[in-house]
Amino acid sequence: MASRAVPLSPAPALAALLLALVAAPLAAVAWRGAGLSLGPADWAAIRFTVVQATLSALISTLLAIPVARALARRDFPGRGLLITLMGAPFLLPAVVAVLGLLAVFGRSGVVNAGLQAVGLPSFSLYGLQGVLLAHVFLNLPLATRMILQGWRTIPAERIRLARSLGFGPWETFRHLELPMLREVLPGVALVVLVICLTSFAVVLTLGGGPAATTIELAIYQAVRFDFDLSRAAGLAGVQVLICAGVALAAWVVTRQAGFGAGLGRNTALDAPKGWRRVGDVGLLGLVTVFLLGPLLAVMLRGLPGLADLPPSVLPAAARSVAVALTSALLCSVAALTLALAAAMRPRPLIEAAATLPLASSGLVLGTGLFLIAQPFVSPMKLALPVTVLVNIALALPYLYRILLPEVRTVLADYGRLADSLSLTGWPRLRWVILPRLARPLGFGTGIAAALSMGDLGAIALFAGDRQATLPLVVSQLTGAYRMDAAASAALILVSLSFALFWAFDTGGRHAAA
Amino acid sequence: MQKQLLAAGLLTIASQAMAETPVLTVLTYDSFTSEWGPGPAIEAAFEATCACDLQFVPAGDGAALLARIQLEGKASDADIVLGLDTSLIAAATATQLFAPHGKNPTTTLPVDFTDPTFLPFDWGWFAFVHDKTRLPDPPKSFKALAASDLRIVIQDPRSSTPGLGLLLWVKAAHGDQAATLWQDLSDNIVTVTPGWSEAYGLFLEGEADMVLSYTTSPAYHLIAESDDTKAAALFDEGHYMQIEVAGKLAATDQPALADQFLDFMLTDAFQSAIPQTNWMYPAVTPAAGLPDGFDTFRPTKSLLLTPGEAQAARDAALAEWQAALSR
Repeated sequence: MASRAVPLSPAPALAALLLALVAAPLAAVAWRGAGLSLGPADWAAIRFTVVQATLSALISTLLAIPVARALARRDFPGRGLLITLMGAPFLLPAVVAVLGLLAVFGRSGVVNAGLQAVGLPSFSLYGLQGVLLAHVFLNLPLATRMILQGWRTIPAERIRLARSLGFGPWETFRHLELPMLREVLPGVALVVLVICLTSFAVVLTLGGGPAATTIELAIYQAVRFDFDLSRAAGLAGVQVLICAGVALAAWVVTRQAGFGAGLGRNTALDAPKGWRRVGDVGLLGLVTVFLLGPLLAVMLRGLPGLADLPPSVLPAAARSVAVALTSALLCSVAALTLALAAAMRPRPLIEAAATLPLASSGLVLGTGLFLIAQPFVSPMKLALPVTVLVNIALALPYLYRILLPEVRTVLADYGRLADSLSLTGWPRLRWVILPRLARPLGFGTGIAAALSMGDLGAIALFAGDRQATLPLVVSQLTGAYRMDAAASAALILVSLSFALFWAFDTGGRHAAA
Repeated sequence: MQKQLLAAGLLTIASQAMAETPVLTVLTYDSFTSEWGPGPAIEAAFEATCACDLQFVPAGDGAALLARIQLEGKASDADIVLGLDTSLIAAATATQLFAPHGKNPTTTLPVDFTDPTFLPFDWGWFAFVHDKTRLPDPPKSFKALAASDLRIVIQDPRSSTPGLGLLLWVKAAHGDQAATLWQDLSDNIVTVTPGWSEAYGLFLEGEADMVLSYTTSPAYHLIAESDDTKAAALFDEGHYMQIEVAGKLAATDQPALADQFLDFMLTDAFQSAIPQTNWMYPAVTPAAGLPDGFDTFRPTKSLLLTPGEAQAARDAALAEWQAALSR
C-alpha cells in the first residue's frame, strides 16, 4: 500500500537526461579530438585550480556561519533588505564584479587611499589574495543565504524545549545548531567550491599572471588557440572528476539533523545579550560595508552613461529577460522534481545529476552541443533554445541544494499526515508541499533567473546576427573602447537581474508569511 | 493538413526569395558587426552594388573565428572569414579550408605583405598607451620600461591576439634576449587579462600606468571623446604590426559573390569606414585621407614575422613567457 502512495516520478528520467547533457557534449568533443590528453603545464593548472577553489570555499563557508547566525537570531530595521541584498553580489557578471572591487580595493581605490593617508603599505588586489577576496565577495552572500535557510528548518518545538531546559548559547549551538550545520554545510561548501573551480574571468583578471592559470583557462586556450580538442576534453574530464569526487565527499560527510517532525512552525532563536550582541552587530556592519561598497561603485560607474546607450540595448535586454524567465521556470520544475525524489531516500544518480552540471565547462558544453547539432541544423537557428537549455542545466544545482533540506523537513513534518489522508499526486503537491516551499522556491527561482540573465558561456558559438543578448552587447561595447556605455549596459544588466531575483524572492517570502 | 500546406507555401516563398537574392555570409568578430563597428555601413554599401544579401555573423574574437571554422569544417554556411590576423594565417592555411584569392592588389601597408590565401583589410601597430598628464616622459624602449618601476597591464597570449602580438614583438625585437627581457619586465606587470577589453578597462580605471594596445588608441579618445590626454609610447626597437585579413572558404556556394566582396573590400566604400569604427589603419588609404590623430604616433620602424616564422616561434616564446612570469 505504502509504495502505491508514491506516484510514479519522472525524476530518474530527468536525472538521466541531465547526465546526458553533461556527458554527451564532452563525448562529442573527445570523439572529434580523437581521445583525451593532458600536457605537462595542465597539471600546474589543475593544482592551482584546486588550491584556490578549496581556499575560497573554506573562507566563504566558515565566514558565512557567524553571519547567518547573527541574521537568524537578531531582528533589526532593514534586516529584510539586507537579506535581499545578499543575493546581489552573486548575480554580478564576473567582469562587472571585478570593476566594483577595483573601485574599493584597487590601486586607486578607497581602501588604498585610506592606507596611504595613515602611512601604511598599500594592498595589492592582484595575486591569490585578490582571487580569494573576489570569490569571498561573490560567494559569501550565497553561502549565508543557504545557511540561513538551514536555521529556519530547526522546528519551533525543539527551540521551545531548549528554552524550557534553560539552554545557554553554547548548549543551543551544540544540540540544535551543530546538527543543522552538519546537514547543511557540506552542500553549501560543495556549491561554492564547484563555482570557484570553474571560475574564469575573475581568476585571470586578478590572478596576476600565468601562475594563476585555471583549468577553465587551459580549456579556453586549447579550444580557441590550439584547436586541440582532445586536450580540451581531457581537461574538462578532469574538472568533472574533481567535482564528482567533492560531491561524493560532501554526500558522505552530510548527516541528517534528525530533529524529527515538527508542526511546521518557526521560532527565532533567543538573541543573547552582552558581548555576543556587540559581536553580531559588528559582524553584520562589516559584512554590509564589504558587500555594499563594490555594489555602490558599480552603480556610480554606470549612471552617467545611461542616457547615451545605443538603441540595441533594449531588444537585447528584452531577449535576455525572456530567456531568463523561461529558463528559471523550467529549472524550478526540474529541481523540485529531483528534490522530491531524493528527499525520501538517498539517490546517488539524482545527487550526481543535480551536481555535475556545475562542473562542466561552459566552453566544452557549447562546443559539444555545436558538434552534435551541426549535422542536422544550422547552429545559428538554435542560439536561444540552446541558451535556455544550458541555463537550466547550470542553474539547477543551486536550486536543488536550496530546496533539498526544506523538502526533507516538509516530508518529515507532513508526509505521514498526507499519507493517512491518502493525499497523493497533484493535490498533495498543491495543498501540502508547495505552500510550505514558497520561500526556498522563490529564492531559488530568483537565483536561477538572475544567473540566466548573465550567462554568456555557451551562447557565443551559436549567436547569430540578430540574437544578441545583453551580456553580448556589454562585451561588444567593451571591445569597441566604449567603457562608459559598457558600464551603463552592465548596470542595466545587473539591475534587471536583481529585479528578477527580488520579484521571485519577495514573492516567495510573502507567500510563505 | 492546413498547417502542412501553409508550411509548404512558406517554404516555396522562402526558397524563391533566396533564389532571387543570393546570400553572402561573412563570419567575423563581435565588435565588427555591432552598430558602432564598421559592419552596418559596409553592409549597406555592398548591398547597393551586389543585388545580394550580405550577412555578418559574429563569432567571438579573432582567435575564436579560426576555431569556429575548424569546428564547422566543409559544412560551414560561411563564405568568407574576415578578421584573422598575421599570427593566425599559418594555422588557417594549414586547415586547407580556404581557397586562394588569385588577386594582386595594391595596398598602402608600410611593409610588403602578400599572401596567396588572405587579403589584408586593415592593420595597426601594437604600442603601450599611457596618460600624458600622469606620465609625461614614457620609456623609449622595452629595456627602459623593464628598468622603470612603471606598472603595466598586458593580455594573455594564450587567449588574445594582442597578447600574442606582444609575445612576437618581444621575440622579433630581442630574439635570444627575449627570456631575460620578460624576467626584467615581470615586476612591472600588474596582471595579465584574458582579452584586450579587460586590460584597457583596468588602465582607464587607473590600475596601471600603461596598457598594451595600438598606436591608434589615442585617436579614439581624441575623436570620439575630445580627450587628448592619451598617448602611445614610441619604442626605439620598432613596433610589431597586426595585419587583419579576410579569406574565401573553399567550400563556399557563392564563389563569384565572394570574389566580388574581396574586391569591394579594398575599395574606398569599405576602407573609408575602417578608421573611425574599427580604429585601425585602412589597408588602402582612402582618397579623403586619414582622420586627425592617425598621424600623431607613427613608428619609424615596423616589425613583422612572416606567418611561417610566427608559427615556428610561437611555442618556444610562449614557454619562455610562462617560465619568466610564473616566478
